[in-house]
Amino acid sequence: MLATIIASGLATGAVYALVGITYNTMYATSRVMSFTAGQVGMLGGVLGSLYMIVWGLPLLLALPLVLASCALIGVITEYVAVRPVLKSLEQHLYVLSTLALSLMFQQVTAIEWGTEPRPFPKLFGLGTGISDEKFWIPVIACILTIIGLEYLYRYTLLGRAFVAVAEDNYAAQALGLPERNLRIASYALAGAIGGLAGFSGGELMLAFFANGAVLNFYGFVPVALGGLGNNKGAVIGGLALGLFQQAANFMVGGIFASVAVFALFIIVLLFVPQGFFGSATARRV
Amino acid sequence: MSLAAPTHAASSDFLTANRLTYCGLLIVALSLPWVGNDYWALIATRAAIYWVLVSGLNLVVGYAGQLAIGYVALLTLGAYTTSVLTAGNVMPPVHPYIALMIAGLTGAFFGVFIGLPALRLRTFYFAMTTLGFATIVTQVALAWQSVTGGGIGITGPEFPAPFNSAWGFYAFCMGIAALCTWMTSNVAHSRHGRALVAIRDVEVAAESCGVYKPHALIKVFIIAGMLAGISGGLFASLQTYITPDAFTFELSVLFFISILIGGRGSIIGPLLGTIILTLLQEIAAPLAAWSNFLYAVLLLVIVLAMPGGIAALIDFKNKKALHSDRNLVLDVDLLGAFKPETKQSQPLDLKGIRLQFGALRAIDGLDFHVKSGEIHGLIGPNGSGKTTTLNVISGFYSPQFGQMVFDGQALPAGLPHLRAGLGIGRTYQTPKIVGEASVLDNVMLGGIASSDTHFIETVLTLPRAIAEEQKTRHDALQALRAVGLDKFASVRADRLQHSELRFLEIARALMGRPKLLMLDEPAAGLSVEEIKKLGELIKGVAKNGTAILLVEHHADFIFSICDYVTVLNLGKPLASDIPSVVRVHKEVVSAYLGA
Repeated sequence: MLATIIASGLATGAVYALVGITYNTMYATSRVMSFTAGQVGMLGGVLGSLYMIVWGLPLLLALPLVLASCALIGVITEYVAVRPVLKSLEQHLYVLSTLALSLMFQQVTAIEWGTEPRPFPKLFGLGTGISDEKFWIPVIACILTIIGLEYLYRYTLLGRAFVAVAEDNYAAQALGLPERNLRIASYALAGAIGGLAGFSGGELMLAFFANGAVLNFYGFVPVALGGLGNNKGAVIGGLALGLFQQAANFMVGGIFASVAVFALFIIVLLFVPQGFFGSATARRV
Repeated sequence: MSLAAPTHAASSDFLTANRLTYCGLLIVALSLPWVGNDYWALIATRAAIYWVLVSGLNLVVGYAGQLAIGYVALLTLGAYTTSVLTAGNVMPPVHPYIALMIAGLTGAFFGVFIGLPALRLRTFYFAMTTLGFATIVTQVALAWQSVTGGGIGITGPEFPAPFNSAWGFYAFCMGIAALCTWMTSNVAHSRHGRALVAIRDVEVAAESCGVYKPHALIKVFIIAGMLAGISGGLFASLQTYITPDAFTFELSVLFFISILIGGRGSIIGPLLGTIILTLLQEIAAPLAAWSNFLYAVLLLVIVLAMPGGIAALIDFKNKKALHSDRNLVLDVDLLGAFKPETKQSQPLDLKGIRLQFGALRAIDGLDFHVKSGEIHGLIGPNGSGKTTTLNVISGFYSPQFGQMVFDGQALPAGLPHLRAGLGIGRTYQTPKIVGEASVLDNVMLGGIASSDTHFIETVLTLPRAIAEEQKTRHDALQALRAVGLDKFASVRADRLQHSELRFLEIARALMGRPKLLMLDEPAAGLSVEEIKKLGELIKGVAKNGTAILLVEHHADFIFSICDYVTVLNLGKPLASDIPSVVRVHKEVVSAYLGA
């Protein structure tokens, strides 16, 4: 049983961590937490199932197509729900605009795809029991994403430009960095990461329209645990959340597992408001 | 927006418009049973039930500015609590009225619980907790079959005669809705309402005026949660049978849109919004699944196109041009009303204050004291620690070393919300005022620390609350007259020009009858004429025994009105003496004044 808890805990945790990274990537260049983060996760699963089962595309074609579609969703988010409200960041209008857009994605999916969970294809058909591919694909996707992001941020000009904008928007603009284009690019990147989360976790969570709302919340918990904008924190927080949730699932049952996660979330927010890896709050006066 | 208007007599035209709308609604509500059929009764009852929830949510969203997006969860909770208790699934059946009250209490408890993160964190976290709670409540309702009936559902409560017929239940719900309107409007138009708006727009200034955010928010979370719980119980009764499907997240979006359409900081706006949205729900019903999409689009459009809501669109009063004569006519004789109650010869005494940010010593061993009735200037180059010193005294920063004594007692570091009560008032380098509220409301905010009526007295408008409100209004008008802004009392504060805002902040600070008044660059951006008036005003305040600590860059101004001047450089006092000595002090001249 312990093995099952660990396997499924790490798998769901990796999906949550990836959604957390999606939140962070969008936040870094815009200071906006977008509710579309969970929806691109949901779409990763739904589009994966659409392309592979309905259209019959092979994995090598379907995966890039899923990532591209989700990147597009990210770009739409930036254009429709983020840019118009950036001027009034402290009024938190982005909470409402991104929520509205996220519900629109969810509703269109519900209508066009249906409100019942539909199957997601076996990607490789490897492994059985606790070594089933559905348990390790998300973990591998998460590891690859972290390595990829590290490489991007450390060794590429584009990645360093991201970091510069995230660190100090005005200074970056003064240096002549194309802040707006970088923001669009970061939303595309975030969309692709979210899509990868849903695609890699597809066998675990199926292609289901309601996954978006669930991922919105469970993907945010690692961000709160790890500190806003901190990817390392999001990964550790995500894996910890996955393990905690699965352990609670086995010990007290499904309902109370989600109650336990929620209570834990509130308690952490109360006592460690900046997260375990976050920096202290900025000055107020 | 209109929060400004209803508190002032000069805005009588707006008040009448408001009253007319309420009267119109009342007439419609009373005549409906005589002209409508049962279908109308159903729609009107539903609108009333939604309003019970929205009226409370309005205080959280429209006034306190906390984005509670998942309030449908509390509706669900109230509906199931009432239904399960009356059905007797877990214990012997309870009378529907008792069950409804328990639902209210449950709602209040969870309203506070999910609101806890909002007390310390940015509102996005609160949005998230309410969203997460909505997800979880639905999951529990589905999975806890033995109690909630799972996906099959459970019968809603039936209230005893005469409330068991369509129109009987309509009357019951309308009564509760009217009560909610009255109670939430009492809160909104009281110091509690002003405190909420101040937290929303200028949290720092609100704290300095004596508003303690957690207390202010918890009160409205209790009210909003309770009303949502009760609304849920009524909703279950109206539905006669409830399943988790009845509580979609889109319902939450509807509630939210009602408030946004209505406009924030208004009661009548969201009330009309609720009615419109209830009707829209009926009109959009044939669209079936697309109706939810429509609500989301509506939300997006409102946020992007008209974030001020209907109320801002029809706020004609604030579209009129202001007085062309904007000369400030001071009346310093009126300042006597704001003299400190008790006088200490030396209210403020700082000893060895040291404050570090990391390795940077922002204040490095500062000693000085301010005598009552003295105008004490604090000058120095940029970054010398002047404003930081004010922030230490205000309690926004806690120094690592040193002691502060105020009015003969040790002044604890931190705790900015207690400063106003002790008699410390202040203004800010950039004026921090509630732009959407009236000038008068902004000044009344300064009276919060000296108010002592209980929240319940406000909710029920008991005599003591009314008397206190009248006294605060009277004092605030007096303060406005003193600084020469009384003709703008009912104007939205963001329509004033910069120099007027500086005087407005002083009027607000005077409301606390301060023993110590700290002014942070009050002359910045003022014309020569205005600076002269400012000097007159400051001298008038000091004459009544208030100690003044004045941070300023305007050297001539400082030397003309100060009794004593302290010069800071790199967080240390460079000189501290009477103006004529400081002015020729060698180091001061080389570090700051220039030759």
